[in-house]
Amino acid sequence: MPILRVIGALGLTALPAPVARGSADRTRNAQKLAPTRSAMASHVADVKGRTSRPGQVVAVAGLVAVSMMSPAAAQQGPAITPPAAAAPPDDGQWTMPAKNYASTRYSELSEINEGDVGKLQVAFTFSTGINKGHEAAPLVIGGTMYIVTPYPNILYALDLTKPSAPLKWFYRPNPEPAAQGVACCDVVNRGAAFSNGRIFFNTLDGHTIAVDANTGQAIWNTKVGNINIGETVTMAPLVVKDKVLVGNSGGEMGVRGWIKALDANDGHVVWTAYNTGPDAEVLIGPEFKPFYDMDKGKDLGVSSWPPDAWKIGGGNVWGWIGYDPELDLIYHGTGNPGPWNPDLRPGDNKWTAGIFARNPDTGAAHWYYQWTPHDQHDYDGINEQILLDMNWEGKPRKVLVRPDRNGYVYILDRTTGEVLSAKPFGAVNSSKGVDLKTGRLIDNPEKRPTTGKVVRDICPTAAGVKDWQPSAFSPRTGLLYIPHNNLCMDEEGTEVNYIAGTPYVGMNVRMIPGPGGHRGEFTAWDLANQKPAWKLKENFPVWSGALVTAGDVVFYGTMEGWFKAVSAKTGDLLWQFKTSSGIIGQPITYRGPDGHQYVAVLAGVGGWAGAVVSGDLDPRDATAALGFVNAMKDLKDVTTPGGSLYVFRLP
Amino acid sequence: MMRKPASLAIGLALAVLGGCQREERETRPEPVLGESQQAVPVTALEPGGNRPQFSNPKAAQFEGNAYHISQGKTLFSAFNCNGCHSNGGGGMGPALMDEKWLYGNSIESIHASIRDGRPNGMPTFGRLIPDDQLWELAAYVKSMGGNVPSAAAPGRNDDMMARPAENRMPNAATQGRTP
Repeated sequence: MPILRVIGALGLTALPAPVARGSADRTRNAQKLAPTRSAMASHVADVKGRTSRPGQVVAVAGLVAVSMMSPAAAQQGPAITPPAAAAPPDDGQWTMPAKNYASTRYSELSEINEGDVGKLQVAFTFSTGINKGHEAAPLVIGGTMYIVTPYPNILYALDLTKPSAPLKWFYRPNPEPAAQGVACCDVVNRGAAFSNGRIFFNTLDGHTIAVDANTGQAIWNTKVGNINIGETVTMAPLVVKDKVLVGNSGGEMGVRGWIKALDANDGHVVWTAYNTGPDAEVLIGPEFKPFYDMDKGKDLGVSSWPPDAWKIGGGNVWGWIGYDPELDLIYHGTGNPGPWNPDLRPGDNKWTAGIFARNPDTGAAHWYYQWTPHDQHDYDGINEQILLDMNWEGKPRKVLVRPDRNGYVYILDRTTGEVLSAKPFGAVNSSKGVDLKTGRLIDNPEKRPTTGKVVRDICPTAAGVKDWQPSAFSPRTGLLYIPHNNLCMDEEGTEVNYIAGTPYVGMNVRMIPGPGGHRGEFTAWDLANQKPAWKLKENFPVWSGALVTAGDVVFYGTMEGWFKAVSAKTGDLLWQFKTSSGIIGQPITYRGPDGHQYVAVLAGVGGWAGAVVSGDLDPRDATAALGFVNAMKDLKDVTTPGGSLYVFRLP
Repeated sequence: MMRKPASLAIGLALAVLGGCQREERETRPEPVLGESQQAVPVTALEPGGNRPQFSNPKAAQFEGNAYHISQGKTLFSAFNCNGCHSNGGGGMGPALMDEKWLYGNSIESIHASIRDGRPNGMPTFGRLIPDDQLWELAAYVKSMGGNVPSAAAPGRNDDMMARPAENRMPNAATQGRTP
């Protein structure tokens, strides 16, 4: 038995489990990697931490000593784990883009692991037929995979129970084509959500639709947005209990941000919370207890703006929502204030560029924290929040981890909104850190943009050290895997008129590569020690999501089109595959109907970073696509648009 | 031997006259709400054979005219055109400085695009912007790709450039001093 031989060579005793197809290949691979200590440790740790499944081995003796060598076990203090209620045991499905309410994007599947990932091969592919940026995560429920495309937002269902996963049905919502003209940064869609036999997704022209997951028939369709004021919907909804949570996009169009809860049964709007304006409309009431003084006071959503500016002030909800079932709180960020030119809106511009904790049943705000008061650089506060339980200075704390656009990895107490830590994870000179006493970001006056003056070399850019692209957390390593950017920019404030349905930005921007000249990074962030464990450099911004598995493999894609698997412990490249177009989608993994593990990702370049290709923009204009094109001039030389699903498995 | 100076003089005179035309404009323009309603096909295909196209009289008046182009450049920011098309490279909307024209490259076609909108996202500005200003915008948009006499082309935006414009750079001949 080859497995026995390898394990034996490591001085261990192991019993083979039922051997599935391809096990010999995987063992050969393990042999190849065996000389490196990390690979060996990972192999053993992997073997130890699982129940028996086809193609795996079960260790019975002699493993404890070796598994102590693995970084996960060597880590100081108790493990960092997501709360059980927000991250239930893995059932092999993928029912929401973030995997679970804790947003770990971590799978307990480990058939594909450090030892055998090098053998991955294509199981099947599927062309979406759309040439825009594919940011969505596929979903897998039972024997069906669901994909929602960028505009025109087609929902495809693929039958995984049949060879090569043929199309089961598709649903075309036929959104209004004019919506493309008010979508700030390509016509993306970040995915669908599944609950109780229904798929929920949003369309660019502002509809939320519930579709029967079996038949593909629409059950309800609710119009939530109005493209004539520049409002679009690009985010993935989140279903909490019987409510579908949806937010709007349009921070570049002077659209007032909101989050709505729709009844999952019939689609009627149960509550709407705005993120600017009077307390009554922000749903700030007696339950609201912000941690810091700067967020306390009546109607700050009005008084922290010039008169009436809050009505066109942004603060949109186009990113990620988390949910803690124990505390019964949802967490959602708020987008940048509008217009970008900060001269035009003196004040803290509440409640933009921050985070709310709300009651999912009523929308009532419980706490709020502002990442970037009076944002000056388009630092939307909408990134994902990973809900974890960890020891902080000797005490167990319920935390919320946020790698924010402004460049800091924040650790917040998610019951109160207190900032426990904020450390930069990339190049930052627009601010000088976070004052933990007041909670306030310390602004760098040298990098303040102003009307009619060009300020050079501001880091990070309007796209942040990290934009929407979601990170993944592995409880096995205690590391947060962050795909992000390494860019700086020049900014010049300009006058701007508000005309409903047109951009309301007031800033010329010109982005350039950050320190080192590479434009992207993939950082494994050590949460316990608040520093990077390792960093990978990428030529282009890493605009894809991240995925990590119990096989200690991390997956992400590059804008050239490489789909990569790296070691969760060391970042060593284990496998890569060149897809047909740049990858900005969110990889997922699932157990197929045949019992084996699969990894899936959508290729199809675009998004704000890839708009130069998907929108065929002209790189001679440094300010094109709000300045992003200047940093992406050569993307047209390495990739072309076109959406395709790629699904991989072991041979 | 008199030939050369004569041709030079003629050339000079022509250049000067051309210079006059570059800024020519109506002192009493049409009432602001007047609209150019001439049909503008967006395709070269015409079943039954091509019929002659008649140019809109406004086209010649606005196209390649420095005053109107520079007015158009101001309007391009004032009406937030730059919010979508940036300074010609595009963003939410397509690039305007390249050689690709989705709906035709004549000033009439561009004017019609701004006036009536286009189905994949271009809004209609016909009831927001007076017709002569639409023509000025169209004249500027047409000029963005360099498709305009240099005598009439507007200055480029230098402020976002990584270095000053050439005409503001120290000259080698003046040994670093500004002339």
